[in-house]
Amino acid sequence: MKTGRFWAWVVFALGAAYFFIPLIATVEFSMRMRRGTYSFDAYQIVLGDARFQATFGYSVLAAIFTIIIGVLIVVPAAYWIRLRLPQLRPIVEFITLLPLVIPAIVIVFGYIRMYGSNSPLPFLASDRGTDLLLVIGYATLALPYMYRAVDTGLRTIDVRTLTEAAQILGAGWGTIITRVILPNVLIAVLSGAFLTFAIVIGEFTMASLLNRPAFGPYLQNIGANRAYEPAALAIIAFAITWGCMSLIQILSRFAPRSANRPN
Amino acid sequence: MTDLSLSDQTIAGKTAPPSEARALRLPTQWLGVAPFFIFAIMFLILPTLYLMLGAFQNGAGEFTLENIIALSQPTIVAAYWISIKISLASSLIGAFAGLAIAIAIVRGGLPEWIRSATLTFSGVASNFAGVPLAFAFLATLGRLGLATVILNTVFGLNIYAHGFNILSFWGLTLTYVYFQIPLMVVIIVPAIDGLKKEWGEAAATLGATQTQFWRMVVIPVIWPSFLGTVILLFANAFGAIATAYALTGSSLNIVPILLYAQIRGDVLHNPHLGYAIAFGMIVITGLANVFYIWFRTRSERWLK
Amino acid sequence: MAEPFLSIQHVRKSFGTNTVVQDFSLDVEPGEFVSFLGPSGCGKTTVLRMVAGFEEPSAGKIVVSGKDITRLKPNQRNVGMVFQAYALFPNLTVAQNIAFGLKVAGMPKADADRRVAEMLDIIKLPQMGDRYPYQLSGGQQQRIALARAIAPKPKLLLLDEPLSALDAKVRVSLREEIRSIQKKLGITTIFVTHDQEEALSISDRIAVMYGGKAEQVGTPFEIYNRPATKFVANFVGTLNVLEGTVTDAASGKVRVNTQEVSLKGKLNGSKSGDTLSLALRPEAISLGRQPGRDSSLSGEISEVHFLGSVIRVRVGIGGSTVSLDTFNSPATPPPAVGEKAEISFSSGDMLVLH
Ligand SMILES: Nc1ncnc2c1ncn2[C@@H]1O[C@H](COP(=O)(O)OP(=O)(O)OP(=O)(O)O)[C@@H](O)[C@H]1O
Ligand SMILES: [Mg+2]
Repeated sequence: MKTGRFWAWVVFALGAAYFFIPLIATVEFSMRMRRGTYSFDAYQIVLGDARFQATFGYSVLAAIFTIIIGVLIVVPAAYWIRLRLPQLRPIVEFITLLPLVIPAIVIVFGYIRMYGSNSPLPFLASDRGTDLLLVIGYATLALPYMYRAVDTGLRTIDVRTLTEAAQILGAGWGTIITRVILPNVLIAVLSGAFLTFAIVIGEFTMASLLNRPAFGPYLQNIGANRAYEPAALAIIAFAITWGCMSLIQILSRFAPRSANRPN
Repeated sequence: MTDLSLSDQTIAGKTAPPSEARALRLPTQWLGVAPFFIFAIMFLILPTLYLMLGAFQNGAGEFTLENIIALSQPTIVAAYWISIKISLASSLIGAFAGLAIAIAIVRGGLPEWIRSATLTFSGVASNFAGVPLAFAFLATLGRLGLATVILNTVFGLNIYAHGFNILSFWGLTLTYVYFQIPLMVVIIVPAIDGLKKEWGEAAATLGATQTQFWRMVVIPVIWPSFLGTVILLFANAFGAIATAYALTGSSLNIVPILLYAQIRGDVLHNPHLGYAIAFGMIVITGLANVFYIWFRTRSERWLK
Repeated sequence: MAEPFLSIQHVRKSFGTNTVVQDFSLDVEPGEFVSFLGPSGCGKTTVLRMVAGFEEPSAGKIVVSGKDITRLKPNQRNVGMVFQAYALFPNLTVAQNIAFGLKVAGMPKADADRRVAEMLDIIKLPQMGDRYPYQLSGGQQQRIALARAIAPKPKLLLLDEPLSALDAKVRVSLREEIRSIQKKLGITTIFVTHDQEEALSISDRIAVMYGGKAEQVGTPFEIYNRPATKFVANFVGTLNVLEGTVTDAASGKVRVNTQEVSLKGKLNGSKSGDTLSLALRPEAISLGRQPGRDSSLSGEISEVHFLGSVIRVRVGIGGSTVSLDTFNSPATPPPAVGEKAEISFSSGDMLVLH
């Protein structure tokens, strides 16, 4: 017992060192821009860079659209499977796991070849079409996370009983979805949304191969050409990820607890 | 004769309405899942199949095995090999380190806040990948990185003189581990939580030592989740490109970077070879998963 | 008197500043079945876990067959334990679960197999050896857990609320089964429960615990009929409590409401003018005067509940209410609410609570 605790502390300390040293080093590096003293110059330059603002704005917008597409695809499917088509669950779960198995670069490569300018569905013929394809690609990447989040949310509230209760009380489908189901899975959907945001915001592969002016390719470009700014950007990116995860944690405190299975 | 046809008709007459109703209801039944399936087929399954088929076609659209055979040229084989090595090394290191951390925070008798802080941090770090991660490691272990400098000036250890390079196999592996460990922690902690305290106590009253208990109960119980996560980590590293690209440019010849270059500029001078490379990647991550599923259904009958 | 098999001597346990077991002592004879009975949080589990070796006593000793085992590790104590939540190993079949203790003890496979089959017979689940725990009902799982605990022939069997996760019917049948297996094997057993009926029905002796102490240790008969403290009297069985004032300590006269009863020789030490709590079990009270009952009180019937073979009647006496049961006899109509009634009892059955 005593020795067990000792080793637990050792493992924890080693882990903490491995995870904190790069963060400390990056912070330190990002502040070394001005010779001989620590400063926030790198952050000022980065945040003031018009390309930073433009690409970051583009990625935020892409993330928002990704979330919308993800919700529109996942919520009805997950709900309907819980309610009416449980036999489809294995297939759907298999599909939602595919993006974890098929690398993003392969998926986007497929898009480029399938939806090129000369294809029946020429997404890549216009900028808007390419934007749409990028958002669709992001939605595929986020699919596993979005589906899991929503499905867990639906499981804890026991949709079937809620729906039936609402039907007995005379509610129509519109009312059921907007007044009963959505408010109850909102937290789950938002968790999925923030996770999606964290994944999408700095995504490089798809944006770069589709030639869109997103944040990921901008980061890569700065990395190849500058010394201190990349470190500042890494800290900013870490802070954004941290923010998303904290929001998810805060949200989970408001998540409805199942009435049937307490705790 | 007439009787028979008559009765046939009545049967038909009786059964027709319900089946018609079902046929009418079917589309509405499927309406809720239709967007999902259309999306998945159009943007996940068809593009993948398209590439897989393309791998077996030449420029004229005829069936051929040449692309697959062409994968055996040394640069491509080398790329696969180093990718597999990095993915294996980073997933195994990440898995065991993650498992150790998970056990330490769940079972090690550490204060409660350490557990929740570690879990929160793991959620963040497992999603902190891509280009920014590369920047962080360059700032740490690059030639001018803080750790490199401190090791050199304080401990007199010049790691670059000893052959270390952040742009190498070990450099990349060490970087990947930064998101692999937390991913393992996030996934495996619930599995370890699922180990009931009473199991250990029951084993102890039955005379088992701690080692026997681990060998006979703990390891068999968490093994499926562990192996599943290792496979996931492997696929995760195998397909990753942003970190490697930002870290090494195209100096480290791993498969995703090779494919990236091929997509951008047909560096291999054969468009269909790109398909074959993509096909190879799917086969490798797919095989890993098939192995996992086979293993699980075969040896884990006790799982519900 | 023969040396006790298990002797718990002045054991104390504190978690930080919180003392949850204080000066607990108990001797258990070989082959005896002792229950720990008490409300939630009174320290039953803690005492049991100290016997098993999962908690170290802050003070005191635990002795088994004359040997001090206080500092021995759990896996060297040779005790069997059954948990509330079954705690079967999910990755092992029923047979492998039962064989677990035999395997770690290095018993040859053939012997172990024979012993497992024997155990499956004892718990009456001979066909279940190849199933996995998740394929069994709760009652079956708990029987397997029992078989697993006794397979290595432990010297001592500890059961911590083994029945509380089961439904009422299974609970009754399984407790009888546990008791009969225990008798057959002659294994010394400690059984923790907070269900008094359970404890009363299957124990040789009961230790009633409260606030980390044993309030009373005795046979079910003693505990029920001669509770040593107010807590025990209240906790075990239903009790009618009446307030009384001592009017004449010498002759044992006590006034209840406006009536007088005589409790000669039971007042030990009370003076005239003291108020007392007097208690009566429902089954010690009869409706109307009965031969052989020396005391009576009159009141008014306030409630009548028809329960089938029994009719439960409540009689108001001054400010208090007394419950009593009468047998249903088809020939006589049940008493009616509002009727005047007299209750009678033997003064010897009256408990004076201190
Ligand atoms: N590990 C521990 N640390 C701190 N306090 C504890 C610990 N274990 C038990 N306690 C406290 O000791 C007291 C007695 O606990 P115990 O589990 O022995 O009660 P119990 O009689 O078994 O109750 P129940 O019938 O609910 O199981 C409780 O107040 C509990 O909060
Ligand atoms: Mg208890």
